[in-house]
Amino acid sequence: MGKLKVKIDNKLVEVEQGTTILEAARKVDVDIPTLCYMNLGDMDIEHKPGGCRICVVEVEGRRNLAPSCATDCYDGMNVKTHSIRVMNARRTVLELMISDHPFECLTCAKSGNCDLQSTAIKLGIREINYPGEKSTYKPDFSPAIIREMDKCIMCRRCEKMCNEVQTVGVLSGINRGFEAVVAPAFERDLDHSECTYCGQCVAVCPTAALTEVDHTNQVLRALADPSKTVVVQTAPAVRAALGEEFGMEPGTLVTGKMVAALRQLEFDYVFDTDFAADLTIMEEGAEILSRLSRHLSGDTSVKLPILTSCCPGWVSFFEHHFPDLLDVPSTARSPQQMFGSIAKTYFAEKIKTDRKDMVVVSIMPCVAKKYECTREEFSVDGNPDVDYSISTRELANLIKRANIDFNKLPDEEFDAPMGESTGAGVIFGATGGVIEAAVRSAYELYTKETLEKVDFEQLRGMEGIREATVDFNGFPLKIGIANGLGNARKLLDEVRSGKSEFHAIEIMACPGGCIGGGGQPLHHGNSAILKERQKAIYREDANKPLRKSHENPSIIKLYEEYLGEPLGEKAHHLLHTKYFRRGRTICIEPDVKEAE
Amino acid sequence: MSAIKIRLKENDLQQLKDVCKSFNNEEGELINVLHKAQGIFGYLPAEVQEVVARQLKISVAKVYGVVTFYSFFTMVPRGRYPISVCTGTACYVRGAEKVLDEFKRLIKVPVGETTPDGKFSIAGLRCVGACGLAPVVLIGDKTYGRVAPDGVRKILKEYDDK
Repeated sequence: MGKLKVKIDNKLVEVEQGTTILEAARKVDVDIPTLCYMNLGDMDIEHKPGGCRICVVEVEGRRNLAPSCATDCYDGMNVKTHSIRVMNARRTVLELMISDHPFECLTCAKSGNCDLQSTAIKLGIREINYPGEKSTYKPDFSPAIIREMDKCIMCRRCEKMCNEVQTVGVLSGINRGFEAVVAPAFERDLDHSECTYCGQCVAVCPTAALTEVDHTNQVLRALADPSKTVVVQTAPAVRAALGEEFGMEPGTLVTGKMVAALRQLEFDYVFDTDFAADLTIMEEGAEILSRLSRHLSGDTSVKLPILTSCCPGWVSFFEHHFPDLLDVPSTARSPQQMFGSIAKTYFAEKIKTDRKDMVVVSIMPCVAKKYECTREEFSVDGNPDVDYSISTRELANLIKRANIDFNKLPDEEFDAPMGESTGAGVIFGATGGVIEAAVRSAYELYTKETLEKVDFEQLRGMEGIREATVDFNGFPLKIGIANGLGNARKLLDEVRSGKSEFHAIEIMACPGGCIGGGGQPLHHGNSAILKERQKAIYREDANKPLRKSHENPSIIKLYEEYLGEPLGEKAHHLLHTKYFRRGRTICIEPDVKEAE
Repeated sequence: MSAIKIRLKENDLQQLKDVCKSFNNEEGELINVLHKAQGIFGYLPAEVQEVVARQLKISVAKVYGVVTFYSFFTMVPRGRYPISVCTGTACYVRGAEKVLDEFKRLIKVPVGETTPDGKFSIAGLRCVGACGLAPVVLIGDKTYGRVAPDGVRKILKEYDDK
């Protein structure tokens, strides 16, 4: 079929059949404002409900205005994107929306980062001509996510992420008309739903209807308390995105400046979660090899494939949705929790401090990490291994609040010993990274040979599901990788039905892995930003002198001085965990309880 | 698992599953399934919605979304004699609201609720297509036409011994 010739604001553009007016306009740099529309192109996530009507345009010969995100072009179409009629319509629509929205921009968590606010600025809204009733809902405070549905504009992006992308199915549009709102079933709060706290709803919410629980004040209080030793750890993906909050290009690595900023904030020890990522590989790698060798020696009781367990959103997901597979994932704790556990034992002993006088803070690209550190099994006598987990966004907020000129900071180094890491620890931040790090170490342990080429390009990428086979000296190790919980579900269904051919599977709850985490600077639907962050992660890896976890001198020392052997008794106690069946909902019929 | 409570009786459960099955457990048949289920149970409690969600392989939130969207569906058990007062245009202009108010006053519950003894529930509904009889009231399957507020007491009296 031939191309369609379309005129948009007197600019000619040729497009394929099936192109929307919005897409065609963007080709010729005509900017049509949108609000509910969302397009994460590379991840094949497009949301165009045509519901908000901000993107309406005038089409010659058409009686009413057309929503450009949901109207296909036709040959000879003549479109005007900013006629008086269009501008008036947009203004009316937006005024009506704002008339049912709290006027608290000055104190709102999303101020300056809100799509509704920026659209109001763009359209020059100065007054609201529709005073009237406002809808109000009970706010919902969970351990990680706050729902303030008074601020919801019913774009339903969160619903898209929760249902179609993540297949978690917690959020749905309920009620109708003025009472319509997005909520979990029976209007329960998130804490009593199957929510995994992956935070993808928070990442795409245009307003502050969905935000992360803010722990910055607790962190500041700890820092100001002279009786507390405050230790901070920074997750791999944070350094690849934090710069964006300070106007830097996406993909700028700010590791050194981040360390300097944390020191200026007066953290007593600035450490790195990458250290704990290396530690994770020691345990998880050993577990993979142990299961594999048992399997190869004919032990049919061994569970394969082994699944990674670093991602708390993913852990919740299988606890809720695959409770029959609890013995399949690795028992290794996540790097955040391994760090907390070692910090409050090994390191606490080193600096002769009681764990009760220690506060461990983590900087995470993640919302689910907040929930993870509240899990009971990660505490000793009520004292959590990790006290507070704050997101990349919250760290940026702290730095701004402390009036630190981030861009001018010098590059500084992490403290020893828990700040030392290898390139293998860094790549945990991108999808495929954990399994690549595991392969680097497992290969050497299995074959007893030195791995010369540590880059496994076949494990990298952005596709939702990837597979690769790595040659372990004649043994083909089959690896599966999924990012995004919907993709994880596909691989899990195969495992459940016994059809999975993989030996090991890495799963990350968020699209792109942690670089696309729910706690990262908002990408506002631009997936090119995620690609730049991913490149930055691999750049950091390539620049590290050591790139295999088991070569990390501080890790070697930790085992010598304290832990003994990977999978040993002490390691088991401090670095491994167990999983729980989570009650799905209030009633489950006995016969469909999905394989006890 | 302690969080699980099974409240539906075994034969209720089977009946509900049969309903889902009669629609081939198809997601697209959700409204029909709910319609049938409400016909059986009189209302759609959370447990019923969860079973339907499980059978049709959709999220409970989605089922709940549909149940709360359509005013026909209810999560509150209806009375043995559900009273529906038509408030469509024709009935409305002929005084349906006053009739509705009189019913509410006499059975002492607001619209959408059920009397504590489970005898009556009351709902407004849109046009039943009997505009010639406006204002129209339905109690169960029985239709009353040209109802005036002062006739409401007499209608309710019919149910005194029931």
